[in-house]
Amino acid sequence: MSKTAYERVQAARNGKRPTGGYYIDRMIDGFIELHGDRRYRDDAAIISGVGWIGNFPVTVIAMERGNTIEDRMRRNFGCPSPEGYRKALRLMKLSEKFNRPILCFIGSSGAYCGMEAEQRGQGEAIAENLYEMMGLKVPIISVVIGEGGSGGALALGVCDTAIMLENAVYSVISPEGCASILWKDASKAAEAAEALKLTSYDLLNFEVVEHIVKEQNRTEKEICDDLKKLLISELEQKAALPTEALLSGRYQKFRKIGA
Amino acid sequence: MNLKESLSSLLPNSNAAAEPETRTCKHCNTETDYDTLRANDMICPSCGMYFRMRAGERLDSVLDKGSFSEIDKNMKSTDPIAFPNYAQKLECAKKNTNLKEAVVCGTGKIDGIRCAIFVMDSAFMMGSMGTVVGEKITRLFEKALEMQLPVVGFITSGGARMQEGILSLMQMAKVSGAVKRHSEAGNFYLPVLTDPTTGGITASFAMQGDVILAEPKALIGFAGQRVIEQTTGEKLPAGFQRAEFLLEHGFVDMIEERPRLKYTLARLLRLHRKHDTLMRQERRKTV
Repeated sequence: MSKTAYERVQAARNGKRPTGGYYIDRMIDGFIELHGDRRYRDDAAIISGVGWIGNFPVTVIAMERGNTIEDRMRRNFGCPSPEGYRKALRLMKLSEKFNRPILCFIGSSGAYCGMEAEQRGQGEAIAENLYEMMGLKVPIISVVIGEGGSGGALALGVCDTAIMLENAVYSVISPEGCASILWKDASKAAEAAEALKLTSYDLLNFEVVEHIVKEQNRTEKEICDDLKKLLISELEQKAALPTEALLSGRYQKFRKIGA
Repeated sequence: MNLKESLSSLLPNSNAAAEPETRTCKHCNTETDYDTLRANDMICPSCGMYFRMRAGERLDSVLDKGSFSEIDKNMKSTDPIAFPNYAQKLECAKKNTNLKEAVVCGTGKIDGIRCAIFVMDSAFMMGSMGTVVGEKITRLFEKALEMQLPVVGFITSGGARMQEGILSLMQMAKVSGAVKRHSEAGNFYLPVLTDPTTGGITASFAMQGDVILAEPKALIGFAGQRVIEQTTGEKLPAGFQRAEFLLEHGFVDMIEERPRLKYTLARLLRLHRKHDTLMRQERRKTV
């Protein structure tokens, strides 16, 4: 039986669902985590670093919700602050300098909505990432592994290939937020989830993502193996492209949406 | 030529010949007739509060008379994800605003300097960005790149339009790509942030300007204030996310008052001409 939109939202948010670190542990060889934005602090909501996937040296940027209560608190439930996005951009630039592809894993409710995040320019940090990622001269592949929450997700989502796990969701606003604005009733989230068309199948249909990795009737290990295979094959294709073709392909990937 | 005539389709319904139109200030409740208000840059004569400007009023106030030429005027939103009640909402917004969408784009002159300009209008579904707003702004940057023109953008928006779902979100990336191409060719982009500028707009082209201006007291931020209070349980201080707060924290270059705005724009445009040779000539003239 296929799941309803809201069942997928709940699956994407499930506390037992693998988070960013899980995929790094299982897919990336020799991973070295690199910390800090060199401006303010290290944001633990984002894990970033370097390693290998197959034969490709890569930079990995992953949202991490955390797995225990303490870990989740420390990582702010995977909701990045501006310094998280700035750390991501710093590592992406480093990646460009050494001609290394970039893998991004997206999975949290979104950019942190707090006073200090606003003071330090949450909007500016996301805007800067969108702007710079459009021009990075190395392949970028983004994978939505859980909840893809609005602008905070897109800040790691400007890419050449977008992949979603089957039960991941990706939306302009949370179903609860949508329901409370439109119908003044957050309990109508299930209806809102349906209306927002936020499932992996919807996004494939809109050509916002290129691939879905199936989850139904598959173990976490099988899902991980499938994803790894797909990532390597995408990297092989994108890495073979001349820079100009890569960048115009990226421009066109977004340019055609709503054109 | 009377600019009110040339922009008549963009200005509020002018069918009120019978009685003089008035506007009431939300801050001090003073009622002012519309013509007086227009002559005063839509600033309340009694308390100084800035009324939100309609797109037509803004074009009228910053562009040289008769210089505006609109682009993509008739582009209309459809209902791409078949969202409940969206089609009706769009119809309603079109009727109430006399606009087809929440942004007006074109070319014009500011104190003799030709530029591409876009003006968002918060009266149309809170200036939210769906596919058509994203497409129009993207096309404007592409056109400006082709014509080697600077872009001036008057921004006001509640953010990405949820009734077009993920397609709205993707407009943030799409416009960012066009802003980058325009910029990398050495062209100037000057956004002016007006009340309110929030959400996905702040997190994209509002913050991608070479120089960023803001109007006094404009609300500018990423997250909504109610959402922040709910998330953190903290009460927000007065002045939080106002233009002055952003200036203090280093996220806008300057705050300019409406009566001086046109000439500040003109000066900035003159100081950021694309061609070095032009700049040298300019310098020789002024030295």
